[in-house]
Amino acid sequence: MDISLSHVEYRYQAKTPFERIAIQDVSIDIPSGTYMALIGHTGSGKSTVLQHLNALLQPTKGIVKIGDREIKSRQKNKSLKPVRQKVGIVFQFPEHQLFEETVEKDIIFGPMNFGVSEEEARKRARLALKHVGLGEEILTKSPFDLSGGQMRRVAIAGVLAMEPEVIVLDEPTAGLDPRGRKEIMDMFYSLHKERGLSTILVTHSMEDAARYADQIVIMQQGMVIKKGTPEEIFSDPIDLMKMGLDVPEVVRFQLMLEEKIGTHLGQIYLSIEELSMAVASLVSGGVRS
Amino acid sequence: MMENMLFGRYVPAESLLHRMDPRSKLLIIFFFVCIIFIANNGITYAFIAIYTFIMLTMSRIPARFLYKGLKPVIWLVIFTFLLQLFFTQQGTLLYRLGPVKIYEEGLKQGLFISLRFLFLILMTSLLTLTTTPIEITDGLESLLNPLKKVRFPVHEMALMMSIALRFIPTLMEETDKIMKAQMARGVEFSSGPLKERIKAVVPLLIPLFVSAFKRAEELAVAMEARGYRGGEGRTKYRQLSWKTADSLQLLVLIALTVLLMLFRS
Ligand SMILES: Nc1ncnc2c1ncn2[C@@H]1O[C@H](COP(=O)(O)OP(=O)(O)OP(=O)(O)O)[C@@H](O)[C@H]1O
Ligand SMILES: [Mg+2]
Repeated sequence: MDISLSHVEYRYQAKTPFERIAIQDVSIDIPSGTYMALIGHTGSGKSTVLQHLNALLQPTKGIVKIGDREIKSRQKNKSLKPVRQKVGIVFQFPEHQLFEETVEKDIIFGPMNFGVSEEEARKRARLALKHVGLGEEILTKSPFDLSGGQMRRVAIAGVLAMEPEVIVLDEPTAGLDPRGRKEIMDMFYSLHKERGLSTILVTHSMEDAARYADQIVIMQQGMVIKKGTPEEIFSDPIDLMKMGLDVPEVVRFQLMLEEKIGTHLGQIYLSIEELSMAVASLVSGGVRS
Repeated sequence: MMENMLFGRYVPAESLLHRMDPRSKLLIIFFFVCIIFIANNGITYAFIAIYTFIMLTMSRIPARFLYKGLKPVIWLVIFTFLLQLFFTQQGTLLYRLGPVKIYEEGLKQGLFISLRFLFLILMTSLLTLTTTPIEITDGLESLLNPLKKVRFPVHEMALMMSIALRFIPTLMEETDKIMKAQMARGVEFSSGPLKERIKAVVPLLIPLFVSAFKRAEELAVAMEARGYRGGEGRTKYRQLSWKTADSLQLLVLIALTVLLMLFRS
C-alpha cells in the first residue's frame, strides 16, 4: 500500500495561545515495499509525522494519502479502522499500552478489534511471539510480571499479530540491550524482505539507517531537509556533521583513514565488509599519494 | 485529544497581574466573591463590570482566548438567565405570548444573576490564567499557615496539592499517548455504539493506573533519597514577596466595596 504526504503541516493545540507548529511542508512518498528511515534530532517532528501515517493525527494543512484514502484538514473522517489495520504503529515505549490479564489476551486484542476470529487471532499470537523471540510458555503470564525487554517484545507482537501491510516503528529498540536491539531490528528486516512489508523506522542510530533502509529522510525543526538513498545521504558526511548529525562508524573510519593517508577511496562504503575490501585492495596496490 | 481543555490553565505573559504575589491574588478573589453579592442594582453592577473589565485588560490575556475558555460555561450562564426570566413572576408584566409571561422582575433578576455568574467565572479564571499552580499552592500554604497552630496539616496538604497539580499535564500527555496507541490497535473512543465506547475505557485506564502508581513510587523514593522529611523547619526555594502593587490592588478592592455599599439600593 502506497502512502504519501504532500505539503503536510501540523500544529499542536491549534488556535490557542499554546499553538505550536510541529511539522511544516513535509512531503514524503512511501511506495509499497519501501524501507524508510526517518532521522532527526529530538523534537524535530518525527513522531508527529508517524502519527499521520495511520490518521491518528489529521494534518492542519496538506494532504495525506494512505492507499486510496485521502486525509485532509478540516474534514470529518468516518471509520478509520481499515486504515489503522493496514498500518500498524509500534510507538516509543510500546510496553505502556499493555493492559490485559495475560500476554495472549493482549496480543489478540488488536486483531480481534479488527474482526479477526478468536481462533485465528490465537494462531497469529503464537506466530508473532515466535517472531519476537519469545516462547509460548509466556502466553498465560501477566504482562506486568515480565521484564522490560519482554514487555517490549510482547507489545511488538501485539502489533505484528494485526498483520499490517505497513509497519511504522518509533524507536522500537530504545532502551534495549545491544543483542536485543539487533534481534528486533533483524526481525523487522526479515519481515520486510519476506512479506514485502513497507517499513518506516524512526531511529537515532545511523548504523541502523545505513544497514536496513533503502530511503532515508532527515528532518530538522519540523521540516524535511534531506532525503535520498543511504549512499546519497552519506556521500556527503561533512554536510551531515555540520547539521549536528552523526554518520555511521564505517563512514567515520573511512574519513579518518583518508585523512591520515592523504588519499581518497573514490566512494563512500556503508558496510564494514565493502570498506575492508576497498582498503585491502588499496594496501595491496601500494599506497599512492 | 486533550488539547482543547483550556479552562483554568496558566497562560504565561508579561503583566502586572502575572507579577503579583499569589497571596494578594487569592485574597482579592476571595473578597471579590464576597462583595459581588453586595451589588443589587444597575449602578453597582456597572461598578463590578468596570472593575472586572480593567482586571481582564491588565492581565494581557488575548480576548480570543478568554472567549474560547468561556465557551463551555457560557451556556450555563444563558441557561441561568432563561430560568430566572421565565420563572420569576413579580413586578409588572412586560410581555406575554400564550402561556409565556415575562415580568420586569424576572428580566432584572435574570440579568443580574447571570452577570454575577459571568463575573465570578471571569475573575476566578483570571486567577488561574495568571498564576502558576505552584504559585497558587505556595500562596495558599502561606495564607493558611496560622492554622498550623490548631494542628491542621497545612504543609502536607500543600505538598499533596502541588504534586497533584504538577502531574496533571503529565497525566494528560500520558492519556493522549495511550489513547493513540490503543486507537492504532483498533479501539474507537469517539465513535461506535455506547457500549463499545464504555468498554474502550478499560485499555485506557489500566495502563494509566499502572503508570501512575509506578510514578508515585518513584517520586516517593526520589524524595526520600534527597532527604525529604516533612515540613518541619523547611525553607522555601521560591520566596513570596509582597509588593506595593499588591497593597494597592487590595486598596482598590476596598474602595470598590465602599462604592458598592454607598450605591446599593
Ligand atoms: N502533544 C503535544 N502537544 C504539544 N506539542 C507537542 C506535542 N507532541 C509534540 N509536540 C511538539 O512538537 C514538536 C515535534 O515533536 P515530536 O514528538 O514529533 O518530535 P520527535 O522528532 O519525535 O522527537 P523525539 O526524538 O524526542 O521523539 C516538538 O517541538 C514537541 O514539543
Ligand atoms: Mg518521537
